[in-house]
Amino acid sequence: MSPSFHVPTAVVVAGAMLLLGLGVWLAGRGRRRGFLSTVDRVTYSTLHTASLASRHLADGLTPDAADRAGKHLLTILGASSVAICDAAGLLAWTGPGDHHSREAHEHAEPTRTSGAPTVLSGSEITCSDPDCPIRAAVTAPLIADERVVGTLTAYAPTASAGLARATGELARWVSAELDVAELGRARTRAMEAELRALRAQISPHFIYNSLGAIASFVRTDPERARELLLEFADFTRYALRQGGPFTTLAEELRNVERYLVLEQARFGERLQVSLLIAPEVLPVRVPYLAVQPLVENAVRHGLASKEGIGHVTITARDLGSDAEISIEDDGVGTEPELVRQILDGQSRADSVGLGNVDARLRQVYGDECGLVVETAVGAGTRVSFRIPKYAPGVHAE
Amino acid sequence: MADSLSVIAVALVCVTTLVVGGLGLRLSRRTSDFYVAGRTVSPRLNASAISGEYLSAASFLGVAGLIYDQGVDLLWLPVGYTLGYLVLLVMVAAPMRRSGAYTLPDFAEARLGSMLVRRLAAVLVVAIGWMYLVPQFQGASLALQLVTGAPQWVGSLIVAVVVAGAVGAGGMRSITFVQAMQYWIKLTCLAVPAFVLIALWIRSGAGAPDVSDAWSLPFVPRSGDDHPIYRTSSMMLALCFGTMGLPHVLVRYYTNPDGVAARRTTVSVVALLGIFYLLPPVYAVLGRLHLPSLPAGVRSDTIVLQLPGRVVEGIGGDVLTAMLAGGAFAALLSTASGLAMAVTGVLHQEFLRPRLSRLTGGDAFGFGGFRLAAVAAVVVPFVIARFVEKIGIATTVGFAFSLAAATFAPLMILGVWWRGLSRAGAVAGLVVGALASTSAGLVTYAAGALGGWPGALLANPAAWCAPLAFATTVIVSLATPASIPRDTPRLMVRLHTPERVHLARSRLSD
Repeated sequence: MSPSFHVPTAVVVAGAMLLLGLGVWLAGRGRRRGFLSTVDRVTYSTLHTASLASRHLADGLTPDAADRAGKHLLTILGASSVAICDAAGLLAWTGPGDHHSREAHEHAEPTRTSGAPTVLSGSEITCSDPDCPIRAAVTAPLIADERVVGTLTAYAPTASAGLARATGELARWVSAELDVAELGRARTRAMEAELRALRAQISPHFIYNSLGAIASFVRTDPERARELLLEFADFTRYALRQGGPFTTLAEELRNVERYLVLEQARFGERLQVSLLIAPEVLPVRVPYLAVQPLVENAVRHGLASKEGIGHVTITARDLGSDAEISIEDDGVGTEPELVRQILDGQSRADSVGLGNVDARLRQVYGDECGLVVETAVGAGTRVSFRIPKYAPGVHAE
Repeated sequence: MADSLSVIAVALVCVTTLVVGGLGLRLSRRTSDFYVAGRTVSPRLNASAISGEYLSAASFLGVAGLIYDQGVDLLWLPVGYTLGYLVLLVMVAAPMRRSGAYTLPDFAEARLGSMLVRRLAAVLVVAIGWMYLVPQFQGASLALQLVTGAPQWVGSLIVAVVVAGAVGAGGMRSITFVQAMQYWIKLTCLAVPAFVLIALWIRSGAGAPDVSDAWSLPFVPRSGDDHPIYRTSSMMLALCFGTMGLPHVLVRYYTNPDGVAARRTTVSVVALLGIFYLLPPVYAVLGRLHLPSLPAGVRSDTIVLQLPGRVVEGIGGDVLTAMLAGGAFAALLSTASGLAMAVTGVLHQEFLRPRLSRLTGGDAFGFGGFRLAAVAAVVVPFVIARFVEKIGIATTVGFAFSLAAATFAPLMILGVWWRGLSRAGAVAGLVVGALASTSAGLVTYAAGALGGWPGALLANPAAWCAPLAFATTVIVSLATPASIPRDTPRLMVRLHTPERVHLARSRLSD
């Protein structure tokens, strides 16, 4: 250690700087807080608590969600305890006075049948424990999709008008959150239905053209016709399989190969295909039928309407923790605006595949993993997407 | 003459690394015939790649140096480096592959579904990666200083620049073929001079080296190392359980198509490493014969590079030295780029991308962040390497293994084999293991070599840190049954079911 560097001094100086920094930070915080009036602060803290509760309600009205959200609802209401029930029974009891939890479902009965808030007082709620804070109850209905799906009951020593009002408003807010949750589930169901739709949607043109091409070989080259028929059988089996939503890139590419063999039987030398696949990305899991529709799109829109030879290049690159897959053709290209409309779901055109693949990728991996389409009229098309090698919840069968 | 040959060899290795990194994908064949199936990476090729990336400067230079310096006790070292893969094979290879995880943080998240555990694992990956990168830089300094007389910092600077360049350029990703070739290059560079030296030794008729009993007898206490049995067993434990926590090793397992291939790969790795590790002891023993004592100020890590010059006169010796220097550089470049790649990936994905995506409005795939992470991944260990020059290569590597054995080993082994692992238990185990082993390392570094039991315990912390971390994980998990992830049974079924068994779909997916 050189003599110009004295360790204790350095430690003291560093410590002093840290303390100073801490002081400045604390002072700054205090001052910021000073600008808030009490009302503002209460409003903000209520909004904050509500946002915490709403996160738990995103799964709908389950015992787990009710249990976790109950804590925050109790904070907002300022009651002694909160009970959340659905039609079948108690979902969660938060707060002291557990021995009343068995009666909670019964307390909520009038609201469940009438759909109107009810107030229960000392005569209906009895307790032998003199210290028990559960003396009165305010129950409000939770309404989703215009149906009473549950109740929110606030228990307190006395049933004040304020508590009744707060419970009613809070129940209305929870109902709205439940509607949102239901909307999310509906979206998932729609996605699944759309996937099933895509699965069934091997294009009729493709079947017709493939069978036509195969028929043309039956007399001249029976062996080839037989091979093509087997490819066709394998292709349809894959496309119509009843499996999970994910597969490996290797499987998906194998199916693309089958598809290309069949297309080449039809186009012959006019269709040139190159595959540029990094072997490291073959085990990556991809949504099932994520690549094939894009290749079909490239062949159909890129080449079919073009004269002369067309090239399709399929590339899979390893990017460390991600993999990038791109499909490029040198066909006629399209208007970028049209592609944007397809991806936004505004135009149904004939490229159902493109919009669907994009939507599924976004749903599974998040918005930054959607399709990237580079195209212009007469300049070919390049469609690519990027997916992480690992994403929670994604695994092949 | 020796200088210029060695410089040429080192330059050749560096340029090759950069060129391959830059060209990257273009090496994969462009074909218009299809058959993707035939292109999956075979277990043997993958095993060569794993071995090529795993054999670092510590193996190429450090092991021979340590055996030369400290005697036959250290013959356990190469055994330990290989044994780690046996543990990996038996304990985690196949289940880890079936989990679908690409990195250790991925596995932590897949198993426990907790962002906190994921973050902790990410921090540890970076820490272990940096600790393991430091000795690579030191090895570069040593090799270059010895063969060319350049100042110490030149070697590590060259490696830092080459690695940061190769990783930042976006090449040097998991190019399996290139890494597989590296293994065979390293084996050749170490084996050919070894055989020449052995042949000369047999021809010269010189007998066994004249060594002290402390060198040739196992477990003889000596000054500065009075608990050889403890030290050796602790080191073995660190190597056995630390290998599974090395970030650049596990990433390669993803390339295997399934769990069976992962196991086959590991068996091949054990064989390939076994062959390689036969060679360093040859250098150590011949070194004892030809260089009974090292001149003052020369580290034993350099024994491999010094030997050919002493034994073979003229151009022959120069060529062999150049070969070894080139091999050493190849070793540390491939390990360093593998590690830097792994660290860069984690830094970018866990720490930079979330922040950048906020700044750039969602377009987080912009390449700038990745390059920034690559520079950070290389600069930090480069700076550390400048400050810890006095510690031997294999010692720093030993601390990296200890840290891995005390943190990731409990997480992975219990994660794979015990349903009762809770989130709180995993967090507690990671924190306790990391604190214990890093503080032991820091004390050893700051206080120098302590004598007696404290010195032994602190210099080789794995034997108490790893059990401590295991115990903490188990006890905290037992105490917090509420934080056991709810889908644990389903996940366990997935981790342990061979791929050929088709489970009912309802059990596997939701």
